[in-house]
Amino acid sequence: MMKNDIILSGVGGQGILSIAATIGLAAIANDLFLKQSEVHGMSQRGGDVQSHLRLSDKPVSSDLIPYGKADLIISVEPMESLRYLPWLSGNGWLVTNSNPFINIPDYPPLDEILKEIKKIKNHIIIDADEIAKQSGSARSGNMVILGAASPFIEMPYESLENAVIKLFGRKGDQIIEANLKALKAGREYSK
Amino acid sequence: MKKLLLLGDEAIAQAALDAGLSGMYAYPGTPSTEIMEFIQSSKDASDRNVHRQWSSNEKTAMEAALGMCYAGKRAMVAMKHVGLNVAADSFINSAITGVNGGLIIVSADDPSMHSSQNEQDSRFYGRFAFVPCFEPSNQQEAYNMVFDAFEVSEKYKLPVLLRITTRLAHSRASINQKATIPEKILSLPDDPMQFVLLPAIARKKFKVLLSLYESLRYENRISKYNNFKDGRKRELGIITCGIAYNYLLENLGESLNDFPVLKISAYPFPKDLIKDITGRCKEILILEEGAPVIEEAIRGILDEGIKVFGRLDGTVPRDGELNPAIVAKAIGLPVSYGQDVPSLVKMRPPSFCNGCGHIDMFNSLIEAVKPYGQGHVFSDIGCYTLAALPPYSAINSCVDMGASVTMAIGASDAGLFPSIAVIGDSTFTHSGMTGLLDAVVKNSLVTIIISDNSTTGMTGGQKSQATGRLEQICEGIGVSREHIKVIVPLRKNHTENVGILKEEFEYKGVSVIIASRECIQTAAKRKRSENSNE
Repeated sequence: MMKNDIILSGVGGQGILSIAATIGLAAIANDLFLKQSEVHGMSQRGGDVQSHLRLSDKPVSSDLIPYGKADLIISVEPMESLRYLPWLSGNGWLVTNSNPFINIPDYPPLDEILKEIKKIKNHIIIDADEIAKQSGSARSGNMVILGAASPFIEMPYESLENAVIKLFGRKGDQIIEANLKALKAGREYSK
Repeated sequence: MKKLLLLGDEAIAQAALDAGLSGMYAYPGTPSTEIMEFIQSSKDASDRNVHRQWSSNEKTAMEAALGMCYAGKRAMVAMKHVGLNVAADSFINSAITGVNGGLIIVSADDPSMHSSQNEQDSRFYGRFAFVPCFEPSNQQEAYNMVFDAFEVSEKYKLPVLLRITTRLAHSRASINQKATIPEKILSLPDDPMQFVLLPAIARKKFKVLLSLYESLRYENRISKYNNFKDGRKRELGIITCGIAYNYLLENLGESLNDFPVLKISAYPFPKDLIKDITGRCKEILILEEGAPVIEEAIRGILDEGIKVFGRLDGTVPRDGELNPAIVAKAIGLPVSYGQDVPSLVKMRPPSFCNGCGHIDMFNSLIEAVKPYGQGHVFSDIGCYTLAALPPYSAINSCVDMGASVTMAIGASDAGLFPSIAVIGDSTFTHSGMTGLLDAVVKNSLVTIIISDNSTTGMTGGQKSQATGRLEQICEGIGVSREHIKVIVPLRKNHTENVGILKEEFEYKGVSVIIASRECIQTAAKRKRSENSNE
């Protein structure tokens, strides 16, 4: 049985929903069952946001992932990746951006956050902002992180690429290319 | 049959369109907003010219929807749970008038108050009004229920309540789409007095409503959503309502079959099925997303019948939404857990966006009100409520839509001076205008600050009815022209704005200060779409 329970995390406005949408489109193309719970409304204003994304070849019942059952945390912000550890399973992977989003006065020192992340058995810390810049689109950091997480998502990599093409289709070839490049660069980093 | 990947809200919107909807009415409110937004962005709705404009508030939305169904067409009205309080007058009475075309009222509850002031359960309203109520457990069921709800509505000439909660509203799943039903044609009610609730007529119609409510229990389109499945264990029977069923299934998987389980997703609740399950089990566990509606009914006042576990005895927490862990614990299964959150992780509460106009308005207000001390500022529902948090700590109330204006009036009546209200533009046209009229009529000593960002910001930037109309509205209500001040909340205007605020605080009458600067999110969105249209 195939089951991927994924928590996406970040800060409101960082665009975790486009990562979710990409995985979602790919899941549909692979005929998988899917539930994806999102946060809308008040918390979106610079607060912490998360999305529970559940993929399976069997129907998914709960919209929420139970504690200790997530296979993967994909985070676009390092401190936020730690907020969801109660959900991460013992063998689960944590993939996070290394660049902090500091909008609170008591944000902890980054090196201490990274030290905590490194305590997790399976972790990948990636400077997605820098890699995105090198790929030619500073705004595609999301896709770098998704690329870095892609080896742990049980779907053919090509289906994620196709989803990116579909998702950004209306924005023109240049944007599609930049996002595909970012996705690839992230994947290369993890492999 | 087409497969679509939709939020619960979107599934309801798509279903309504597919079921021949002619009019969608709503006021934005989390977690219901995406229903109207989906219809507004639907090509189908635009081709058919389905009505899809926002209303000033939930009451005007409800009444307009009732008007559309008076004319024989199918209408839907959507709101968050507290919006149903605003619409309650017309909602309750619509059960007595009944409908002509089908009418569905979607009320999106927010247990755990992710974006709300309370966690009231709309199922109480269904019972209160004596109308059928559907409570989907998943997105496909939500989609299917809309078709049945319209049929039930037209068959019994009753409005139908569709109650959803945050997790369903904002969770995406794939939906099998059904064939489209054409819209209804314009047709007036057979009885020209149907909608005239004179006491003599209302008394008769209420008796009819009461008897109808009982007969709804035998309606197939309702009862098919309530399923009893027997199991070999006789010790414990489980009753679930709405999405609680998903958490049970998540925990039990295949072994769900061992337990007698009654899944309830439509009301009035199925007496016969409840009799079935309570008759064959020693004990009953009740899992409800929201208030213990079924649990209270089964326990009764005396609670002397079958042994019941649920929210009232602490098996399930009395408040807050359910999750897989709560349900695991309630059925006696071990709760899995990852690792603790490291202690260095800090809270990250929502906050104003960088460059938000509310920030500059509050900075000026804080300075202007300082000489009077703490406790003079009443506020309202919107992004600006975030000023309750540090570093601003600038407001002293947030109760319900419009309450800033009227609470300021009452406090002023009691002798508080100055008495100040801070309200957003959309909240003002939702429910602040009538309060302002009260203030004008009795010349209350209040200063009303309308923090006008020209949008309904907190819910994601929907069109505000107030945009471009605030000065005229205030003048029309009777605020004197000299005391309607328009300011631009920018750092460079700070000193000037503080001066204007101070002056108006001291004015012995009603003054309105309109602090006007477009929401930076809306402005950015507008610029993006203008650029892409070039």
